[in-house]
Amino acid sequence: MAFDIPRIPLGRWIEGGLDWLTSEYSMVTRAISRVTQSGIAWLNDMLMWLPEWALLAVIAGLCWKLANLRLAIGAVAGLALIWNMGLWEPMIETLTLVVIATLVAVVIALPVGIAAALSERLYRAMMPVLDFMQTMPAFVYLIPAIPFFGIGSVSAIFATVIFSMPPAIRFTTLGIRQVPVELIEAADAYGATRGQKLFKVQLPLSLPTVMAGINQTIMLALSMVVIAAMIGADGLGSEVWRAIQRLRPGDGFEAGIAVVILAMLLDRLTQSLRKSRKR
Amino acid sequence: MRLTEGNTMNENRNVKIRVRQLSKVFGNQPKKALELRDQGLKRPEILEASGQTLGLSHINFDVFEGELLVIMGLSGSGKSTLIRCLNRLIEPTEGDIVIDGENISELGDKALLECRRRHFSMVFQNFALFPHRTVLQNAEFGLEIRGVDKAERTDTARNALKQVGLDGWEDAYPNQLSGGMQQRVGLARALANDATVLLMDEAFSALDPLIRGDMQQELLELQHRMQKTTVFITHDLDEALTIGDRIVLLKDGEIVQIGTPEEILTRPADDYVRRFIEGVDRSRILTAESAMRKVRATVRDTDGPRTALRKMREHGIDSIYVTRRDRSLMGLLEADAAESLVKEGKESIAEALTQDFRTVGPDEPMHHLFAMFTAKRFPIAVVDERKRLLGVVVKGAVLDELAQAAKEGGN
Repeated sequence: MAFDIPRIPLGRWIEGGLDWLTSEYSMVTRAISRVTQSGIAWLNDMLMWLPEWALLAVIAGLCWKLANLRLAIGAVAGLALIWNMGLWEPMIETLTLVVIATLVAVVIALPVGIAAALSERLYRAMMPVLDFMQTMPAFVYLIPAIPFFGIGSVSAIFATVIFSMPPAIRFTTLGIRQVPVELIEAADAYGATRGQKLFKVQLPLSLPTVMAGINQTIMLALSMVVIAAMIGADGLGSEVWRAIQRLRPGDGFEAGIAVVILAMLLDRLTQSLRKSRKR
Repeated sequence: MRLTEGNTMNENRNVKIRVRQLSKVFGNQPKKALELRDQGLKRPEILEASGQTLGLSHINFDVFEGELLVIMGLSGSGKSTLIRCLNRLIEPTEGDIVIDGENISELGDKALLECRRRHFSMVFQNFALFPHRTVLQNAEFGLEIRGVDKAERTDTARNALKQVGLDGWEDAYPNQLSGGMQQRVGLARALANDATVLLMDEAFSALDPLIRGDMQQELLELQHRMQKTTVFITHDLDEALTIGDRIVLLKDGEIVQIGTPEEILTRPADDYVRRFIEGVDRSRILTAESAMRKVRATVRDTDGPRTALRKMREHGIDSIYVTRRDRSLMGLLEADAAESLVKEGKESIAEALTQDFRTVGPDEPMHHLFAMFTAKRFPIAVVDERKRLLGVVVKGAVLDELAQAAKEGGN
């Protein structure tokens, strides 16, 4: 009490920075917002345009081809339950957000991960940033998302991408760094250029690890997309949110179970993708 | 003393790779280490004084076109560093490596890639096959890197696989093959590439002894057939003696001796080399008797030329030893001579014999035999004190015996 150390106004600085970003780059953020919004709408419309049974058949077929019959049967049963509970539309909305957020995250993460694997300096710079992105409570990302992109799905995707990207970067870097040195040496000995080394040796060999990272990203994206209901994202999350506000545990669990089904389906599907690539 | 075969041949052979004053320092102050070296300090003292490791120092040697040169040394001798300096997988600190007149040490990045593609194929100790590629795709790798088109490189790779006895395995993955087969793929990858020099880094060390022996023989055959300039690294004296045309012996980053297997065994340059090959009880093992082979067929002096010819045909030989009644050796009858005797209608073979071969006692030291091989074209006859024929020694047998003895001595 005697020590009167002035409080460091860390929060105010961050706010100032964010305000500045918002006002200076509102043109950019609005543009991103519009493009993303139309992307979401297009994918969502596509998935909704298909009759439920048709989409169900497509997903079941995909499961069968990429994994096995058991997963296909499970997928049909799970999705039929969601349909039956009347949660088909929010499920599609959630799926759309997850797919788009994952795509954006992977498109950013792969080159960054590769660059970090190849450059020791970038690797050292990246690691604390990734730690920060992952350990910061996910909700916090929602706050600046709103002034940037407004209430709704685009903000949800922004927050989701930041939250779910780190594992994809980490695993890509890890996968490439794990390629045995003697294989790199062999490629060098035969006169491979950096590009040939990357595309013919490093990337193919790190693919299983990269896929594991993408699997993690999808799972994180799904959990974040649900939380993002708090800033107005549509989907299963908003069903849960509504159930909380109205104190209806039954509705809440139904929507929750739908999230679990979707998560299991996406997880098994991407994992089988990884295994089928690996010999 | 006579010049041995290795030396006489060197003078009129083309130099493929010329290594001059090559040194390598591991550490961040290479200049300092080299200064200390020039003041006469040795590796441990340099490490002590500067924290730098002197990997190689003042390495000079030539690799001749078409020869199989073995670089041999124990671990830490710098042999792996040396082979990697040749294609600059490891950057030399000083010195020149000249291949076909091109100084590799001075090449820029792009020219270096080009040089590696054109000149060097490499086979690795732990195979270093690409696990995500099939056997065929592995064999194609070098050509693919060079941008050879698909059809042509597949063709070449299939051919290379056939040469190493792997036809039928094209679509398998490396992890489906045994160690020996995996190294065959490594060899096929190197052969398909058709570079001018084959670098083999302890290529057979990870294989079990039986398979290693097979691979050594196959390499010798391949080498004989293709006359590919080969630099082979090993820590195994037995292997070096078996396959090397010449051996470069490394110790603590410096060359101790360069010579043919015979020279290394018979005239070790210093105590280090001597210790390497010692432990071999020369008086017992390294004699003509130990390498001697039984004579498959002889004829008596009273036999006619027809009998001699028939025996030669039966045994697939083109000369035969002739003995007297007491089994003492009279001479050697060649098939040509016997045939002319038949034509001329003569019955006695005694006058057509040649004495153009060496005879030695069973106790003759092995290293005396080398010089004899170059002088005469027939095997050496081993006879006892009463001139009775005990057996013959052929050149390959001497080397095998020496290699064997060296190996046992090393154990």
